[in-house]
Order: sequence, then C-alpha cells, then structure tokens
Amino acid sequence: MSKVLPLTGNEAGAEAMRQIAPDVVAAYPITPQTELMHRFADYVADGVVPTELILVESEHSAMSACVGASAAGARVMTATSSQGMALMWEILYIAAALRQPIVMPLVNRALSAPINIHCDHSDSMGARDTGWIQLYCENCQEVYDNVVQAVKIAEDKDVLLPVMVCYDGFILSHTVERVEVLEDHEVKEFIGPYVADRPLLDLDHPVTYGPLDLQDYYFEHKRQEAEAMRNCKPVIQRVAGEYELLSGRKYGPFDEYFTQDAEHIMVCLGSAAGTAKAAVDELRDAGEKVGLLKLRVFRPFPAEELIAALSHAKGIAVMDRADGVNSIGGPVFSEIRAAVYGHSSAKISNYIYGLGGRDIDIDMMKSVFQDMKDGKYAEQAYYIGVRE
Amino acid sequence: MAKKDDMIQMRWHSRGGQGAKTAADFFTQVAIAEGKYSQAFPEYGPERSGAPMRSYTRVSSNPIKLHSAVYAPNVLIIVDPTLFGPVNVLEGLPHDGVIIINTPMTPEEARKQYGIQGYKVYTVDATRISLDELGRPIPNMPMVGALVKATALVQLDNVIEGLRKSFSGKFGKEVVEKNIRAINRAYEEVKGQDA
Repeated sequence: MSKVLPLTGNEAGAEAMRQIAPDVVAAYPITPQTELMHRFADYVADGVVPTELILVESEHSAMSACVGASAAGARVMTATSSQGMALMWEILYIAAALRQPIVMPLVNRALSAPINIHCDHSDSMGARDTGWIQLYCENCQEVYDNVVQAVKIAEDKDVLLPVMVCYDGFILSHTVERVEVLEDHEVKEFIGPYVADRPLLDLDHPVTYGPLDLQDYYFEHKRQEAEAMRNCKPVIQRVAGEYELLSGRKYGPFDEYFTQDAEHIMVCLGSAAGTAKAAVDELRDAGEKVGLLKLRVFRPFPAEELIAALSHAKGIAVMDRADGVNSIGGPVFSEIRAAVYGHSSAKISNYIYGLGGRDIDIDMMKSVFQDMKDGKYAEQAYYIGVRE
Repeated sequence: MAKKDDMIQMRWHSRGGQGAKTAADFFTQVAIAEGKYSQAFPEYGPERSGAPMRSYTRVSSNPIKLHSAVYAPNVLIIVDPTLFGPVNVLEGLPHDGVIIINTPMTPEEARKQYGIQGYKVYTVDATRISLDELGRPIPNMPMVGALVKATALVQLDNVIEGLRKSFSGKFGKEVVEKNIRAINRAYEEVKGQDA
C-alpha cells in the first residue's frame, strides 16, 4: 500500500533515505542539497533512524568517510551539489574503483564561475567517467523511486559500484509535487538487509583495500571495473522490474514518449524532459510525428538500446544542460552521436540550454522540433534561451 | 493521445517575508490531499526581506509534466499591491484571467487605481485581516481564503483541516486557530467584479 504525500524533491529524497535507514551517512551542507540532509539529520536526532551521521568539515571528507565506512561493511549514503561534488572529485574515483556501493543524491547545480546556485548538469556531467552509475530524474516521484532502486542496484554482487541519483536543483529539489511513497516495510524488504562483500571488519577473512597497484595489476583491476559497469545493465533492468511489481511504476534505461513512429526525436534528461513531453503532446495534437526519448540511465550508457529506439528517426535533437566547452557540443550529444554512428542516417544536432538555471519553456521545446521539421541542423551546438 | 487538460496555473506576487511561498506550498498540499495533481515552486533569487518575489502553483486533475516557470497564469495573486508599477504583474495574463489583490479598495476602485482593464478582479483586505486576527501583517493565509472563494479549486473545509494538520505542531494550536479565523474572514469578505 502506498500513500500520497506533497513533497519537494529534497523531501522525497529524505523520505527514501529514512526508509532505507543507512548505517552511516557523512555529509556537508551545500545549496540546493541542504534541505535533504537537514531533514535526514532531524530523523537521526529524533531517533527515527539508527544511522550514524558524520558531520564533516568538507565534501572531500564526506566522501572519504563514506568510502571508509563502506569498506568497513556499512550501508552508506551521502548527498551533495555542484562545488561540493567538485571537492569530492578524487574520492569519487576511489569509491568506484574500490567497488563501494555508496548511494548519493546529487542535486544538480551549476559550477562556478560565475557563482550560481541554480540548476544545470555541469556537476554530474563532469563526473560521468568517474565509474559511478548515474540515474537522472524528471520529477519528484522519480527522485524517490530512483533513490530506492539505487541501493539495490549498487549492492548487487554483479555490480558493486556507487550510484549517483541526479535531480535538478530548485526545479525539483524545492518544488512541491504529488509523490507516492511505499510503506516502510516494503522498502526494507525490497532492498533487503545489507550483507557487505568482503568487509574490512570481517577479521576472519582479512582483506586489503587501496594498496599500491602498479604495472602488474592496475590494468586488470580497471578492466574489472569496466566489466562491472557493463554488468549493471541487466541488474538495473531486473531491479526496475521488481520495483514495478511493488509500485506499479515502470522504469527502464530510458523512457520512450511517442518515439515509435516519430520522424523527429528529441533526447533530453532531467526535469526539462517533462516540459518536452508537454511540447510533444501539443505537436502530436497538431498531427506532427514527434517524440521524446528521456534518458534515465546515463551511466552505464545504454548505447545498444538507444540504437534500436532512435535509428528510424529522420532527425534527432539532443538537449544538453551542460556545455562541453570543447567546440564540439555537450556530453549527451557526443555520446548519442557516437552511439548511432553507422546505425542511422538521421541528422543530429545539439542544443545547449538552461545553464545556471535559465528557464526552458514549452515554446523553446517546440522551436527545437520546428528546426528539425525545417531541416535546420548544424555541426556546432545551438544555444537556446541565451542572449547572443 | 494526451489532450489539453484542466490545468490551472497561478502566479503569486509578493515581497520576501509575506509568506507567499508558504501559502503557495500549502495550497498545493491541500490540492494533493484532495487527490489532485499540483506543483508549487518559488522563483529563488536574492532572498531579502522586502524584495519582490514570485511563486508559482499549478493544479490539475492529470499528472503535471511542465517544469518551467508560469508565463501565462490563469490566476494572479497580488499579495503586495505596491508591486503594481515596479513589477509588470499583469504580464502574460490571458483575457479571461483572474486577479486577486490584497487591498482595502473595492474591485472598482482597484481597477481605477492600478489601470486594470478586463479580467475578473477580486479584492480583499488581507493585511487588515491578519493584523486583526494575528496582530501581525502576514497576509498570506487570508489570501488563500480569498483564492479558495474566487476559484473554488479546493474545498474550504479541506484548507482548514490541512492547516490544523500541517501547522499545529510547528506553530501551536492558538496560532493555527487565529489563521483559520483569518482564512474564514477573507473567504467571506473577498469581493469580485467581472470584466
């Protein structure tokens, strides 16, 4: 039995964390993540959860404490945004390479400079090759659902990789929406008790984490990490299937919205995907064959699945809320174009939008579809919603 | 195929400290408790007390996909009428839009004062009501009472029940009952005039 609550994205994340009740949480406040951990800290202070909350002096320490606690054998979570994750940087790689199933809500916020507290994806997109699984959320319901699923994905013995649940700062973190939450016992049974794989504190089976690993074995360990990322795909699907049985809500590597017969498809992730769906609704009502592909899983990148979903399109427009600053285009664009290369004759263009929280509305989304209809494609990225 | 639904979009114009964000969030809570879909979100800027700010609310019987700001509100809630002038509060309001203004003026007087032509105009002296009932100029909850009367989007009983449920723990029974009196008074006292 689920219940309906009015929750912000941060409250939805905190509600999921309360039900997960991790053994250890280490965190440092940063806008717009702060309210999530504020609420979770209340649960700890009120004795609602038995979690050991470690309030550290920086995000570098937060992630370091998470790695230590996870290696020791605890179920571990943290959360951050923007500069906070930038400060975690070196430990992000270590968490993944030591195969620690840490789960971290990442409340997307633009990176400095100029300083800005609002949403874009420059923080999480910069971390796309750190070895973390990345799930992106369209609305507050998905924040809740993805955080719950993330625990089960991360801890699967075929995976053992950390998961970042990315959701848009303010646009979701501070927006109240209707969220269906599961019963506490349903979440507990879904994720199951945590049994750590080779914990440091298992003194009968001593192990070493993080030793020097030179020419002789480093490559093999990285190869295994890459294999784990590949192995995630069926696990993510299996977890989504089990979650659907429990919640009635369907998840996949991506969401296909009127794409099957679409001539022109937009690819988008995050909260803007909802606005894009509303644009598709209006254009479909006008008889236009348009569709939206909303990416949920960005890491591992679902290339094979995307080929099947996109290759019939005449045109593809890829939306990026982060600029590569590389004279080529945004990160989602680069990967989509690489994925369909040799499999599709579709023309592909890239739109950079919404940096630093710049709003993107339904008319801008419609203009992207209009560009495709007009045969307007460009090698260089278009910038939409910016003053040139 | 998805069809245009019955979504109503609202924009609140207020100044920091007047409680518009709390009121917009609370209105959404009530709508969700009634089984509707609803969204509430403020436009975050420099959060200074007294600075002009906007909050947005959407209500629908279908899931709400949009995550953009509200550019064409069906309902405008002017918590602070001194924003007429410094802010183009009427921007994007369609011809059948509804405006609810916190002012001691009648709708006719408000039309003249603020140069409002067309639209449906409601006025309520929310600041007076909050001073009378709470002893403080926090006009947000009376504006909710006026909004409920003007739009009938949610039931007044559910607003009162929701207030007791959500705020009793934080503010205590006495403050909540004062707010309920303020909401009821605004609901009774709000005056409307068609275009």
